[in-house]
Amino acid sequence: MNYDPFVLPLCIGVIILAATLAYKYLYWILTLSNADKFKILKGLFSFRFFKACKEVFLESLVHRKVFKVNPLLGYMHMSFALGWLLLILGGTVESKIHSHRPFNAPYEPVFFKFFNHDISMYPWADEFQLLMDVLLLFVLSGLVLAIIKRIYSRFFGMKKTTKLRLGDRAALMTLWLIFPLRFLSESFTSGIYHNGGFLTDGAGRMFATFLPLHNLSYISWWAYSFALGIFFLALPYSRYMHIFTEVILIFLRNFGIRNCKVYNSFSAVEVHSCSRCGICIDKCQLLTSARIRDTQSVYFLQDVRNNTVREDKAYDCMLCGRCQEFCPVGINLNNIRISKRFDFTPGNKNFEYISQKIEKTAPVIYFAGCMTHLTPSIKLAMEGIFRASETDYIFLDKDGTICCGRPLMMAGEILKAHQLIEKNSKLIKDSGAKTLVTSCPICLKVFKEDYLLNIEVIHHTQFILRLAEEGKITLNKSDLKAVYHDPCELGRGCNVYKEPRQLLNKLVDLQSIKNEAEYSLCCGSSLGGLQLNSVQRDHIRIDTLAALQKPEHDLLVTACPLCKKTLSKGADSEVKDIAEVVWMGMKG
Amino acid sequence: MKDFGFTINKDRQIDMDTADMRVAEYVKTHEPSFNICIACGTCTATCSAGIFTDMNLRKLFTLVKRGEIANTRTEIAKCMLCGKCSLACPRGVNTRNVIVKINQALIKFSL
Repeated sequence: MNYDPFVLPLCIGVIILAATLAYKYLYWILTLSNADKFKILKGLFSFRFFKACKEVFLESLVHRKVFKVNPLLGYMHMSFALGWLLLILGGTVESKIHSHRPFNAPYEPVFFKFFNHDISMYPWADEFQLLMDVLLLFVLSGLVLAIIKRIYSRFFGMKKTTKLRLGDRAALMTLWLIFPLRFLSESFTSGIYHNGGFLTDGAGRMFATFLPLHNLSYISWWAYSFALGIFFLALPYSRYMHIFTEVILIFLRNFGIRNCKVYNSFSAVEVHSCSRCGICIDKCQLLTSARIRDTQSVYFLQDVRNNTVREDKAYDCMLCGRCQEFCPVGINLNNIRISKRFDFTPGNKNFEYISQKIEKTAPVIYFAGCMTHLTPSIKLAMEGIFRASETDYIFLDKDGTICCGRPLMMAGEILKAHQLIEKNSKLIKDSGAKTLVTSCPICLKVFKEDYLLNIEVIHHTQFILRLAEEGKITLNKSDLKAVYHDPCELGRGCNVYKEPRQLLNKLVDLQSIKNEAEYSLCCGSSLGGLQLNSVQRDHIRIDTLAALQKPEHDLLVTACPLCKKTLSKGADSEVKDIAEVVWMGMKG
Repeated sequence: MKDFGFTINKDRQIDMDTADMRVAEYVKTHEPSFNICIACGTCTATCSAGIFTDMNLRKLFTLVKRGEIANTRTEIAKCMLCGKCSLACPRGVNTRNVIVKINQALIKFSL
């Protein structure tokens, strides 16, 4: 058996890494709820398993979603992940073919060139040399890009890249050293024995002209082994933990396990899956408008991982979901933020005063929501539309008393929110309704996500569109030019992008804008941002309005009473809710 | 003496010996906009909880500032945190966060 003491750093690193990972992953999976464990068991023997495998290949190795953000950034991530994996696989196959045995010492593929100087004695030797050198070049090209990104991130479409902590920096340096050291040690050895491919052999011959390779090659193999060993030791305690955890996350997610606003071991898997790529940083309006630099999801997750979450950081977030929409790992960042706010929300709540009587039953319930009560024109428009379409409905919060529970939920007061949810659920059940229509996307989100209602829950844009399609109301198209602002909770929150646009196309001349659909900006008044002061909110509102200015339009349309109220302040054009536009046309 | 139906109002002097300013101080530190409240009462006028109960945010904030916090806990428990008060406030006081901070202070000082 080939052996030399320099293989020890690598072997020790790998053994400790494997033990640490096994302990962590087993702990996380065992502390999942029984229902979730059952889902894993069921998922392992279903087609979901293969779906997960496909996703692992596309996301963890090829980094498809990062490619979508920026091709160069995607290439950088892919070269490291896919390139390194193929190097390992290629090396393993090569060494096994060479030794004619299915099992050899696990370090042999890594230090193959050190132990085997004669490389012509096994099949496809030349092809292997070529392949391994191409792969090494592939990884090295990614490394060059990574260094450029550290210095000049704008090159990759990122205004800001992640700030690093000391531990991460150490791991980063060793990771950066691994591949150049591999290149050097293989080149040095090849310079002596000519056992390299086009890259290492060429470089080796060049080095041989001016370097004492006999001394250097042994030292460089030691350095290579040390770099690998140190990287593997640091891996579980640095951001590189994501390499393996993301795979676990993809499987758990495909098996149907979801983050449910309570911090559990699935949340821990999500937090450790964050690769700290920093794509979320630029998306955050708290950075671009309010100049808060240390609360973006990537930094928040780091605090969660290190158990150092500070109260102000937990609350410094609008929960607009822009970061979540672009997260290449698909982490439910909003729910993790909410679950951590829960730790800072003591105090009791007493909602005994809410009445639980309902006067009549009807097929449709209308829930205006608190914010609609602050913008009564939307409420009046909706009442008009209900009358005109002769819909039999109950106005559930006509007296303006009941809150849906989402504001408490966003503040992290999950248990108290559930008190309200319980009360409202009973009311809705008693009404015997089949459809719940709400004017406020904030309410819509909680009705869909946290109320376990067996009835249809829709936003008023969807309801009005249905009325129009059924011919119960007639829409009158005007020649006004309009732009549409997607509310966070309606668009990214509830995935309602299509219906408002279909409706508006029947009403006005809808112009497309730069930041629309999932790119939509937050108006700044989000109930998630508890801690923002009025100046910071104003900055966000002004920037959002500026982005909405182009192209020229007569009407700024939105579908959320809170957005309407916020954007009305300082908008050049008139700001209206879709329901108002519809009602305006119907009245003539 | 003839009773004309008038009563004498309770003395509204702030007794600094019994006043507990800890909650007010905590809120002012963590949500500075509490300082600029002029007790106009717009928040109370728009309050959802105020429609069904006698919860009065203006009174509550004023009492907290005066250090009279005997009923704060039961009163603030009625708030649904819906945020209408924050939007209505003409001074830009972040009333939602003030309420969260009052709650935290009550727990912190075991009141």
